[in-house]
Amino acid sequence: MSATLRDPAALPRLGWTLTALMLLWPLLQLADFRPAALFEPGNLAAMGHFLAGFLPLETSPDFLALLGRATVDTLAMATAGIALAVLLAVPLGVVLTRSLSVSAIGPGRGGWVGQAVRGAARMLLAVLRGVPELVWALLFVRVFGLGPAAGVLALGITYGGMLGKVYGEILESTDARPARSLLEAGSGRLAALAYGLLPNAGQELLSYTVYRWECAVRASVVMGFVGAGGLGQLMDQSMKMLNGGEAATILATFLVLVLAADGASEALRRRMA
Amino acid sequence: MSRRAGVSGGAVLAVGLLLAAVAGSFAWLDMPLAALFTATAVEEAGGFVARFFPPDLSAGFLAKVAWAGLETLAISLLSTLLAALGGAVLALPAAGRHGLAGRHAARFVLNLLRSVPELVWATLMVLAAGLGPFAGTLALALHTTGVLGRLFAEALENSPPTPAEALAGGGAPALVTFLYGTLPLVAPQWLAYALYRWEMNIRMAAILGFVGAGGLGALLYYSLSLFQEAQASTVIIAMLAMAVAVDGASAWLRRRAGA
Repeated sequence: MSATLRDPAALPRLGWTLTALMLLWPLLQLADFRPAALFEPGNLAAMGHFLAGFLPLETSPDFLALLGRATVDTLAMATAGIALAVLLAVPLGVVLTRSLSVSAIGPGRGGWVGQAVRGAARMLLAVLRGVPELVWALLFVRVFGLGPAAGVLALGITYGGMLGKVYGEILESTDARPARSLLEAGSGRLAALAYGLLPNAGQELLSYTVYRWECAVRASVVMGFVGAGGLGQLMDQSMKMLNGGEAATILATFLVLVLAADGASEALRRRMA
Repeated sequence: MSRRAGVSGGAVLAVGLLLAAVAGSFAWLDMPLAALFTATAVEEAGGFVARFFPPDLSAGFLAKVAWAGLETLAISLLSTLLAALGGAVLALPAAGRHGLAGRHAARFVLNLLRSVPELVWATLMVLAAGLGPFAGTLALALHTTGVLGRLFAEALENSPPTPAEALAGGGAPALVTFLYGTLPLVAPQWLAYALYRWEMNIRMAAILGFVGAGGLGALLYYSLSLFQEAQASTVIIAMLAMAVAVDGASAWLRRRAGA
């Protein structure tokens, strides 16, 4: 093959690949990357025994009743968590919206107050959503004891941070002119929000909230691993007792729940769009 | 009195159902919301928060945190890399490049991988590979493969097939056709998706330690179990800092790659 037919970018690509491979080595060491560990007799036996227990699924009425309760717990946790998150996010999101700033429309003093308040709200939201919900849950379990209350508060705080930020962004990116003309005509901020911004932004706000509810269902499934009730707690117990049949039934419930939440959220959002 | 404009019966019904669902949830969970705001509860919570300050900044503990942080970084990077490889391999059949049966099979595998949460994968992998960061890497890689595979397949389906067809028509072997006809078109988007998942994985990698999969999470779990809140607060600060740093690195890489 003559030189002109070769890939002209081959050499730099080779160089980058080699660099990446060299960086990979310490990573493999750090992560203790030993695929052979999967095939060690001890691990194989433990996993084999556990997996062999998967069938038949555990279907005793007692366990199913427990499972049903935990499933409703999980759904209720997600819904209550999102409700708290919305309560937290709406005022903060509205505070973030510059198009509702009265001091921005005219040559008046006091603009810095609004800016300081917006900055503070943004910081608060960043801290709320910066700490993962499971860490919040772990902390709340210490304060409020085991149970779904910790999970609901953790979801409310993390998702409140996320929703508040996105609400603010959605309100900022909608057409500001209706709200502005209302403010200039002397209406209050809340009226400007309700009649100037919400008619255009309402659908997007709702649709994002529904999407977050779907995420909250997925998150509350695992909340139980830190003791915050619901399906995760049941799963944790079954895993610790190496009860394969129970674990398999719970896993199947997980799948059905997550897929159903996916489907419900998609259908709801399509109806609203 | 005139009818109010723009409020349909359906909307009223929807709002009513929504409120009922929320009220039902709170009632079912039997949350002692009022008890949260009594004077003693507030005092207790305040005392709990106060124990987190000041964070433990002794050199010995900082070294421990740094080591766990490196481990977390390695878990997140390696798992994202593995998931990108696995996702690419599964995305080709999932985008319908190997027939209808392959498409359905690949989509099923991707859905299965994706709908099991990372933490559940982690508990399973701890059983399969023993305690430690390797289990965390596998768990994150499995879940992320499901997510990236689907996103990669969507990118493939949306990319124009003509360059690949031209190469294949000219007699190029399948691998060359993919590398020079398809990959250049989807590479920027694939890279962007992988970097975005890396941002999520650094957060998850910090948590997986709760179930024994190594990294910062393990340290946080221990220090909270031992009621050493000052140390816990150092770990939480480290988690936040790493998440911010990875966001920055990922944004920089994306800009450089033009994705």
